[in-house]
Amino acid sequence: MMLEATVKMSNKEKFLSHYGMIDFSHDKESFVEKRRAAEKALKGLEFPTSKTEYWKYTRINKLIRESYQLGPADVDSDIDLSVPTKNCLVFVNGYYTDELSWTEAEAGIDFMPLSEAKEKSDKLKGSFDSLTKKEEIFSMINTAYHQDGAYLHLKKGKAAESVYYIVNISAGNQPMSNPRNFIYLEEGSSAKVVMKHISANEGNSFTNQLSEIFVEKNANLEINKLQSENDDAYQISNDEVSQEGSSQFKMNTISLGGGLLRNNLNLDLNGEHIESWMNGLSLLHGKQHVDHHTLIHHREPNCVSHELYKTIADDASTGVFNGKVFVHPIAQKTNAYQSNANMVLTDDASIYSKPELEIYADDVKCSHGSTTGQMDEEAIFYLRSRGIGKKKARAVLLNAFLTDLVEQIGVEHLREEVQSVIDKKYSGVK
Amino acid sequence: MLKIKNLHASIEGNEILKGIDLEVKAGEVHAIMGPNGSGKSTLSSVLAGRDEYEVTEGSVDFLSEDLLDMEAEDRARAGIFLAFQYPVEIPGVSNINFLKTAINEIREKKGEEPIAAKDFLQRVKEKSKLVGLEGKFNNRSVNEGFSGGEKKRNEIFQMAMLEPKLAILDETDSGLDIDALKVVSEGVNKLKSPDNATIVITHYQRLLDYIVPDYVHVLANGRIVKTGGKELALELEERGYDWIKEEAVKA
Repeated sequence: MMLEATVKMSNKEKFLSHYGMIDFSHDKESFVEKRRAAEKALKGLEFPTSKTEYWKYTRINKLIRESYQLGPADVDSDIDLSVPTKNCLVFVNGYYTDELSWTEAEAGIDFMPLSEAKEKSDKLKGSFDSLTKKEEIFSMINTAYHQDGAYLHLKKGKAAESVYYIVNISAGNQPMSNPRNFIYLEEGSSAKVVMKHISANEGNSFTNQLSEIFVEKNANLEINKLQSENDDAYQISNDEVSQEGSSQFKMNTISLGGGLLRNNLNLDLNGEHIESWMNGLSLLHGKQHVDHHTLIHHREPNCVSHELYKTIADDASTGVFNGKVFVHPIAQKTNAYQSNANMVLTDDASIYSKPELEIYADDVKCSHGSTTGQMDEEAIFYLRSRGIGKKKARAVLLNAFLTDLVEQIGVEHLREEVQSVIDKKYSGVK
Repeated sequence: MLKIKNLHASIEGNEILKGIDLEVKAGEVHAIMGPNGSGKSTLSSVLAGRDEYEVTEGSVDFLSEDLLDMEAEDRARAGIFLAFQYPVEIPGVSNINFLKTAINEIREKKGEEPIAAKDFLQRVKEKSKLVGLEGKFNNRSVNEGFSGGEKKRNEIFQMAMLEPKLAILDETDSGLDIDALKVVSEGVNKLKSPDNATIVITHYQRLLDYIVPDYVHVLANGRIVKTGGKELALELEERGYDWIKEEAVKA
């Protein structure tokens, strides 16, 4: 009878049963309530299938059929974090790891594990889970079962001197984690953040990360998300951003590693004179599958949004881009620019690109463009005719293709790191 | 310097060059003229090493080496320079980085150290004056958004920077107004020396008013059908190409 009962479990129930062992008794009551509400919501949600429009080009069967376990909160091996900053919080398999983290407090800035902030922060208590999409299954899984994450809070007018690093490491055998971040910039404050996802293991892992990001009036936030896990790692990422008047926000998503990545980036522009940048740079190889879904709501007049996503797809990799710009009726004088450019290096690589504009205001400037092509053979011959070898010629062109995105990275060390990955990756290109 | 013997070349099975013989010595300027479709551009493409052309017969020696056996980049390193009829736009690559990369690749293959930044900039300054650029294009992407005249001037600037032994100018006059034509020609003339040679490929005689050839060859239907001095170009300008074709048929 037991066996039969097991067989009858749906994929979702089986998957969620992995989380049953997590002990949340330490959580404060208000957060436990959020967890219970999310668990309840999950009862009415199903995993997306090939018929789900929002997931049309990304199959998650292989992701949800794997069996995972809660990983250890520490890594065996020495790993080089290469993070030259005064503030870095490290999470292993979703758990905060004090021995690997270091901080040097700046006045007016709180940077601590979410678990600690739950005891201390009124903002967190009041706004936690307020930006999440209650109909999105992975968001609800994160709310129900998140372990820990980073909490960053800048007080009014504070300009961060340090770059704030949040590092997530997958380690051990088949680990799963639900990292949860909360970033809150008060009026007139500014900060640069790097979120880094790496593997200290081989084989599958599943990371379901969610960040809630609040950018108040006149505040300025840049987030760089570097995804360089191993090629069997699965990651689903939901970033929910709320911007108030005259604020600036930039997200650079740099996808280098990982077997299946799905990034949902959602921006809500709730005031006037807001400026937003969404950038994505994906360098794909092997059988990697990377899917970027972005959604920006222009809810008020006089805002500008820029979006630039580029993918180089090598081998049998797949790149997906779906960018939606929604201009509400009241949002006159909106300027929204969206561009998706892709280069496929082999016959087996694929690109799916779907720009979407929904415009309900009449005095706006919106543009979108999508191009997918191969290496320009004529340009390669031109370079070769000047004495530049074939490999170098290809490297020069691929670098040129990416250069505007690399320049968007406002953290010098990270920019150099990404550049060196590009140089290494394409110096020996076929 | 360059010895072409009985060169036959095809593209996609169509024979375009049907037995070219040509010898170019150091210090000489050769003009190759001919009507559209005669094989002029094919000849320059084959010499520069475009992969899509297949050489079916004949040989090309350049400085006593088998040119046809070399990759395009090795030909450039050996001293061949092709000024393109349609220079390619390369967004995202600055003109200056492009040239530095080219010069350093060539030096590396010769076992030399990369060029010192100071020497490079000095050379850029000096050579860009030759074509009236004065460093104007340095930080712009290669040929991107350039006018027709700017592109051709940039070709000659690159030629000046790379100091080739044999320059092949493929229809460099096409798309140029008379002022640009003069600037480009002056640049080419200033680069002339007893040690290098130039092949000028053109449909029209007017370029040869400025770059005066030692020999003029007429190409028709994949063969050189007539060779003469600079006066042959003037004759072609007056009489057109038909009489040459007829002569060739009779012969």
